[in-house]
Amino acid sequence: MALLRVEGLRKAFGGVVAVDGVGFQVSRGELVALIGPNGAGKTTCFNMLNGQLRPDRGRVFLEDEEITGLSPRQVWRKGVGRTFQITATFPSMTVVENVQMPLISHHREVYRFTGRAVRLHRDEAMELLDLVGMADQAERPCGVLAYGDLKRVELAVALANRPALLLMDEPTAGMAPGERVALMGLTAEIVKSRNIAVLFTEHDMDVVFCNADRILVLNRGRLVAEGSPEAIRENTHVKEIYLGAGDGLRDLGRVCHPGGT
Amino acid sequence: MEFYLVQALNGLASASSLFLVASGLSIIFGVTRIVNFAHGSFYMLGAYIAYTLVQALPTGAVGYWLAVLGAAVAVGLIGAAVELLLLRRIYRAPELFQLLATFGLVLVVADLVLLIWGPEDLLGPRAPGLRGSVMILGEPFPTYELFMIALGPLVLAGLWVLFHRTRWGTLVRAATEDREMVGALGVNEAWLFTSVFVLGSFLAGLGGAVQLPREAVNHTMDLHIIAEVFVVVVVGGMGSILGAFLAAVLISELNAFGILIFPEITLVLVFLIMAAVLIFRPWGLLGRPEGPPRTPAGEFEPPLRLLGRGFLYFCLAVLASAAVLPHLLPTYYIRIACEVLISALFATSLGFMMTVGGMASFGHAAYFGLGAYGAALAVTYAQVGTGLGLLAALGLGLAGAVLFGYFCVRLSGVYSAMLTLAFAQIVYAVLFQWYGITGGDNGLLGIWPSDWVSSPLAYYYLTLTVVAVSLFLLRRLAFAPFGYSLRAGRDSALRSEAIGIHVRRVRWVGFVIAGFFAAAAGGLFAFLKGSVFPDYSSIPVSVDSLVMVLLGGVQTLSGPIVGAGVYKVLEVFVNRYTEHWQLILGCVLVGLVILFPQGLLGYLVGRFGRSGEEWRGVDGAPAGGRAS
Repeated sequence: MALLRVEGLRKAFGGVVAVDGVGFQVSRGELVALIGPNGAGKTTCFNMLNGQLRPDRGRVFLEDEEITGLSPRQVWRKGVGRTFQITATFPSMTVVENVQMPLISHHREVYRFTGRAVRLHRDEAMELLDLVGMADQAERPCGVLAYGDLKRVELAVALANRPALLLMDEPTAGMAPGERVALMGLTAEIVKSRNIAVLFTEHDMDVVFCNADRILVLNRGRLVAEGSPEAIRENTHVKEIYLGAGDGLRDLGRVCHPGGT
Repeated sequence: MEFYLVQALNGLASASSLFLVASGLSIIFGVTRIVNFAHGSFYMLGAYIAYTLVQALPTGAVGYWLAVLGAAVAVGLIGAAVELLLLRRIYRAPELFQLLATFGLVLVVADLVLLIWGPEDLLGPRAPGLRGSVMILGEPFPTYELFMIALGPLVLAGLWVLFHRTRWGTLVRAATEDREMVGALGVNEAWLFTSVFVLGSFLAGLGGAVQLPREAVNHTMDLHIIAEVFVVVVVGGMGSILGAFLAAVLISELNAFGILIFPEITLVLVFLIMAAVLIFRPWGLLGRPEGPPRTPAGEFEPPLRLLGRGFLYFCLAVLASAAVLPHLLPTYYIRIACEVLISALFATSLGFMMTVGGMASFGHAAYFGLGAYGAALAVTYAQVGTGLGLLAALGLGLAGAVLFGYFCVRLSGVYSAMLTLAFAQIVYAVLFQWYGITGGDNGLLGIWPSDWVSSPLAYYYLTLTVVAVSLFLLRRLAFAPFGYSLRAGRDSALRSEAIGIHVRRVRWVGFVIAGFFAAAAGGLFAFLKGSVFPDYSSIPVSVDSLVMVLLGGVQTLSGPIVGAGVYKVLEVFVNRYTEHWQLILGCVLVGLVILFPQGLLGYLVGRFGRSGEEWRGVDGAPAGGRAS
């Protein structure tokens, strides 16, 4: 049974159809990449999956339960975590407090007026930070972190309520090459060890072809190809629409960095 | 039928003046992102200067219209001076400090106007050439009102041409859209800002000058119009000139007809319309949603830190000395000490929603006033004692905060703050107009505390207890999961929603908590003074609370307490030596904003405390066991 099932998703902004009839499935234990040129509809797709946008048409199912049209809050409670293209964290809180917040919310303690927030779920938060390699910076304010570190904090935040599905919008944008490899390697490990699914968008083809188990290709709002990295690399249609007449895809992901896949 | 037509025309005539002022405010805000509170003062100055010029210039049409134009130009020049000397220095300061500086201007102008023109209402002459009236469907209608009706659309058209057909106007529109980009493209921002400010001030001055034949010039015009202008701008949509025009017409017509149907509660009608518009169009009729605020890179607020054992001892020491203090003071000072305590609570309640919730309020006096009236009404009509009276205060304040907060948290930033001011004005108007229940501007008298707290000393201890417990609770709340959730929503609404936090609801609860404690302060104040007046909900009281918070510093939880202490003591001493408290306070505010844009305590902490980066070395003890 697929964890995430998307059927005929469509969204138009005014006259522009950003996403048109997109359908796919993602199973547990899969790291799936959603790629496509700028403006292909990747982020719009993501925003419809986690409830930021309401689709004009189409349905989204999580473990056969329909989640179409739910708010981001509700979608999160169903077990869908999300990281953003531009990291969204709480800059005035420390790193560990940033991870404690989703745990507080998960345990429905948002409206608790007593007790000290910093004492709640601290050990669990530290474990998550340990997982993403940020434990040593737990007490620093989030506002002073380097961008790559912020991305890792955000990953810990997104993992806090043990989501079944993680949506990552350009997880490695703005990171140094070494950091990219490390972060995606970590993500791949988490997918296997926690048996969850990750759907991510990405512009860096090395990251995509070295890490993804499966690739979905969007162009002008439509899903034009789907398959293993090998199949996509050889797909002439994808080459045309994605890189014009060029031959760039051929070499991509041939040489993966150590620790990549 | 004819009567209604005339009434509709009256509404249109009033709309023009309102539109002139509102469009100026909107244009200035669009480009400089400064909410110019002094805009109402510019309007008032326009009226006063026009009055003087009309007297000075030769009588006749030429002299009269020269005077009107001259007043508008003079106000424009005053605006230029204000921009060059004051605002230019503080464009980089936090939004609220800019606001504080313009508040300072309001106070200075208000006192100067009293000094120059005196407290009496001044009646200007009627406009030459437009003195008569025309017959409309058999009803006489003043010609001047027809002129006013035409003026609004004329100015609207003029502004449209200016913004769409001139290079300058294109730059202004571009800057409204993206100020940084315009700067990056090499446009001289300084010059653009000054010219925009001059245009806005000119429009406000003109709006005031053309009122001359319509109403007596008086020194309450500034705050009266600013509240209406805020409503117009919020309803019309910030930055939209056409929206401002439509909203001005809507609000003025509503007033014109509302006064026929419900003469006592015209403002309630305005509230209903505003509420309806905001539910369906949160950004106003023609407004567009604000983009996410751009935080300057590298700037962030340091995490809240629990102060250590030392702070606890310090608090206990303060509390102990507060308990001993009244035995050393004459009775008069005990009452002042009570006032300081009440102000500290009032300011801290506002500080809580500003610091922890990131929500500014220009109208926190609404809940202070509701608290005071809750107690007073309960005492007057149910003859309850002090205990139940205070409970009634909390109840009424809570009800108001629940209702108004529901709308305020739907908006963000400056929109929300303007809405709070509009609500406070509505509370003020209801208290003022509902003569049968609230006693109008005579207020309610004889609200004395029960026997068990009737002595000044006993009442002081009651006040001290309530205030100390409230401050303790507010502080606990800031560190509780709820306080953190509130801060999470402030830091990043996007992330908060993505981890299941209902940001709007959390903010609503935060708003209600702030209103609740403000009402407690109001209730205590009612019994301290033995009477209540509509003034308790007026803009100056809201300003007081904001000044106290900003004086102490918005980034600290205890800042408002320090701010309240400094402010109240200052007020008492200045009042002893001069009647021009407003003038001095205004100058102090302007000076403070220029010198300490982070507030007093914020300045001290920044100067002598740890900076953010030193955080690396701070112990990682669980639960922030100790900190600065």
